[in-house]
Amino acid sequence: MDAILEVRGLTKRYGATIALNNVSLTLPRGKIVGLLGPNGSGKTTMLKIVAGLLTPTSGVALADGKVVGPETKSVISFLPERTYLPDWMTVVDCLDYFEDFYTDFDRKRAVEMLNRLSVPADRKMRALSKGTREKVQLVLVMSRRAKLYLLDEPIGGVDPATRDYILDTIIGNYDSEATILISTHLIADVEKVLDEFVFLKEGIVTMHDTTDNVREAQGKSVDELFREVFRC
Amino acid sequence: MAWQFSPNRPIYQQIVDEIEMRILNGTYEGGMRLPSVRDLALLAAVNPNTMQRALAELENMGLVATQRNSGRTVTTDAEAVSRARAEKASALIETFLLQMKTLGLERSEVLGLLAKEGPKEEEHGCNS
Repeated sequence: MDAILEVRGLTKRYGATIALNNVSLTLPRGKIVGLLGPNGSGKTTMLKIVAGLLTPTSGVALADGKVVGPETKSVISFLPERTYLPDWMTVVDCLDYFEDFYTDFDRKRAVEMLNRLSVPADRKMRALSKGTREKVQLVLVMSRRAKLYLLDEPIGGVDPATRDYILDTIIGNYDSEATILISTHLIADVEKVLDEFVFLKEGIVTMHDTTDNVREAQGKSVDELFREVFRC
Repeated sequence: MAWQFSPNRPIYQQIVDEIEMRILNGTYEGGMRLPSVRDLALLAAVNPNTMQRALAELENMGLVATQRNSGRTVTTDAEAVSRARAEKASALIETFLLQMKTLGLERSEVLGLLAKEGPKEEEHGCNS
């Protein structure tokens, strides 16, 4: 099978700052991949370009064999770092909204997950806690039957119990054909769900391997390796 | 409860060890149907691909069998289980002897200590 994501010579500059520097990367289908790097290493820029929200300065990104653009949004489900759902909407409004936008949205699955989380469906977003809003957003994003999921720091701002729940949600909804790219700097928490990882350092991919290989060849976890590679 | 994994070995190998132990000590009885890959992955809080790889390994070892249309079951081959148990036991003994050697004890001294230790108590260190 061909790659779900192929990125070639991707560069993104913000004025004098280079956020991504000639990045090339190919991701297979059916894997959970960690995009790992310290703050400011270019993770969010990378995800936003693949999601079609930012234009690269140079280089190209192909998702499901097509150049990223309006068309690829139908196969990519993106969870941004901050929720974008308007705060006057109720949870039910948000479900309607996703159903209108995405033909691959599985409403039944979303409702089940929200019930399990005891999220009050008639409540407005503004009346929910920050953590609960993040859960709603994650449930919506994971309820699409997409081919590529891009999750930007899905576990950044939540407590450890919720973190576990989010990882469970990711494992439980994972479909063996789809690839999930998760950006995070909380490696120890996600490591056991990753097939592969990519280290991003100052806009450059410094390593791309499987987690098993690292443990087998070096006898250490990706978390330990990360601490060595990125020692301050 | 998620399973605990040590950082220095591939997770699939640790899952193989854990499930093997459950089969060897009878927690998972012969013929028992194993949960689906997805459910086991959730139980252990690991990637389903990792669980898949571990189960394939257990199949290679002859401890788990794939049934047509009905998932995987623990082998009913008692001989395969006792063979695996014997292998596991000698591996553990080897590790133990190495540790004793590091401690500065000769083989004969170790045996002496074991003989003294032997009849005192029946210990069961396995987690269920």
